[in-house]
Amino acid sequence: MLAPALKVGHELQQEVEQLLYRQAELLDAKQWQAWMDLFDVQGVYWMPVQPEQTEWQGSPSIFAEDKLMMEIRMGRVKHPNAWSQAPMWETNHLVSHVAIEAADNQTMQVRSRFHMMELRRDSVRHFGGSYRHSLVRDASGALRIRLQRVDLLNGQAPFDYVLQIWV
Amino acid sequence: MHSMNTSALVEPDRVHKTVYTDQQIFDMEMVKIWERTWVYCGHESQVPKPGDYYAVTIGRQPMIMVRQKDGSVRVLYNRCPHRGVQLVGNQKGNTGSAFVCSYHAWSFHLDGNVRAIPLANGYEGTRMNRDNPDCSMKRAARVDSYRGFVFASLCAEGPDLKEFLGEARIAFDDMCDRSPVGEVEVVPICHRVMQHSNWKFFMENQLDSLHPSVTHQSTGISAGRVEKRLKAEQGSAPLYYHYLSTFASSFEQWDAVQTINFPHGHGILKAYMGLRPRDPDTLEHEALLKTAYGEEKAEEYLSRSIHHVLVYPYLSVQSPLQQLRCLRPVGPDKTLSEIWHFRLKGAPEAIYRRSLWYYNLVNSPATMINADDLENWTKGQWGLQSNGGDWVSFHRHFGDDRVEGGVTYSNHGTSEAVMRNQFSAWSTYMQAELSREPDHEQGRHHPERGTRLRKPARPGGGDRSHPGRGHPHRCATHRTRPFATYTTRRRRACAGAGAQGGPRIATGG
Repeated sequence: MLAPALKVGHELQQEVEQLLYRQAELLDAKQWQAWMDLFDVQGVYWMPVQPEQTEWQGSPSIFAEDKLMMEIRMGRVKHPNAWSQAPMWETNHLVSHVAIEAADNQTMQVRSRFHMMELRRDSVRHFGGSYRHSLVRDASGALRIRLQRVDLLNGQAPFDYVLQIWV
Repeated sequence: MHSMNTSALVEPDRVHKTVYTDQQIFDMEMVKIWERTWVYCGHESQVPKPGDYYAVTIGRQPMIMVRQKDGSVRVLYNRCPHRGVQLVGNQKGNTGSAFVCSYHAWSFHLDGNVRAIPLANGYEGTRMNRDNPDCSMKRAARVDSYRGFVFASLCAEGPDLKEFLGEARIAFDDMCDRSPVGEVEVVPICHRVMQHSNWKFFMENQLDSLHPSVTHQSTGISAGRVEKRLKAEQGSAPLYYHYLSTFASSFEQWDAVQTINFPHGHGILKAYMGLRPRDPDTLEHEALLKTAYGEEKAEEYLSRSIHHVLVYPYLSVQSPLQQLRCLRPVGPDKTLSEIWHFRLKGAPEAIYRRSLWYYNLVNSPATMINADDLENWTKGQWGLQSNGGDWVSFHRHFGDDRVEGGVTYSNHGTSEAVMRNQFSAWSTYMQAELSREPDHEQGRHHPERGTRLRKPARPGGGDRSHPGRGHPHRCATHRTRPFATYTTRRRRACAGAGAQGGPRIATGG
């Protein structure tokens, strides 16, 4: 069941939206460390294959990365000989439909939609789908991502080449 | 198409670029290799219940793998015999007790035999009536399975499945023997990735030990850094960091990993990952195997030195990690790869999770490893389409491999014996003359009528029909002479290392 969006104050809604917009901009700007810092220390980035999957571990995933694995991916992309990323590439993310499903003082469940265009050499690919964020507040009161679930609309279709960066 | 002579394209130490780029050669490969030899369809556990089906492409042919009421698995052409419409439109599902055409409601039993034709009297006096086998779905000429892995051949003749697989059977033995009950079960999620390159790039790459430390250095180094830090901080790091860091091993280390190259183009890359740690999960797993098989057998199963097994020309099986990649060529420069993995029945969950990490890290569509392979192959395809050169070199350690009993053992892990052996097999397939189109009649039959179509007489041979002909399961267990419909012509020797590594050929007579 799709939970209706909570009625929350304008300020909270804006805070959440700004986090998601920030994330999109950091990815497009290739600021990997700043992007990773949006995640809580236990943070996980997860892209399941099928919508029915409920756990980030124990079943096949497209991405299933804790912060150590994110660090490996970042280190690999920044290496001068990350061959697959040598050709020109850029991304452009849009995030919309931001709905806060549940919130208390410390945690929040948020769903949203995204669209990513990816330029690679002379071609553009499109990826669309939904985000589901579990957010927590850190000691300073800032929102951090505990779990980001990414359901690609086209996740079960054959991939025309692979994904190299978080969507 | 058949008249094209490919013999000048493969030399002992090099091949002509057109074998990767030419549409006519690709079409010939479909006819002479994919649509004749045994092709992997899927695992039996993909279709557990009667009516469960899975659509699969063999060469250019859309097929359906379907579970029968009697528990057997058949492979049928996905085509209604009336007007040719495909009978299943989805990749997988359950069709109930029949296939029903969405166009005019012709229906077919799960074995392909016609069940009902609407307003059947409209066919009175024509050749299309229920008694005509042409009114039933056409079947793959042969279907057989090995330890649960289902293969089909669209050609009624040729070696049987066991003979085709030859030593590469170890892929499935090594996987299944790691289960205390000797069986695996598919995880019903398949990663599919389109490669923008000829299928040969993938097959060569799988046993190419010279490339990892170059191609995969960025990921290997990055993972090694984190792994080292974890070990310093905690004393150990989970095995999956090693899956990645090991790609950055030195040239010397890779050179020490031997390849074994079998007839038919199959091959093995020996183990290098150290997948037998002494952690409690591994020990529990090993104890289960010892209970099931006894100390000696279990040790034999666990100490096999295998990283990949290739079933040429389309399958790469990573048996110690229970995964498999299957190629479905689409065009000279386009290849679909299907990536599956399996659970060892009766083995601890931790063993599954360990192999799952490899599946996710190395084989997923976000892989940090194969991404760089795909990039190489794409650029390779473009390079070969150019006029910058005509030949592809396979000279590395040419003449320095050990050949015993038709099997080529590389003295150096980085020897290009692998490619030489694959092209030796390729030449044999491509130079075989077809005495007739594959599957001309054998796939169509009507057991209920008890009639049997006669095959055209073989040149120089008698009637080679046998009772099982056309019946997938009976036929498959019946041993026919290898390549019986091929008029054998000794291929040009792909000399040196690969000389005896080509497919075995039976002389026709």
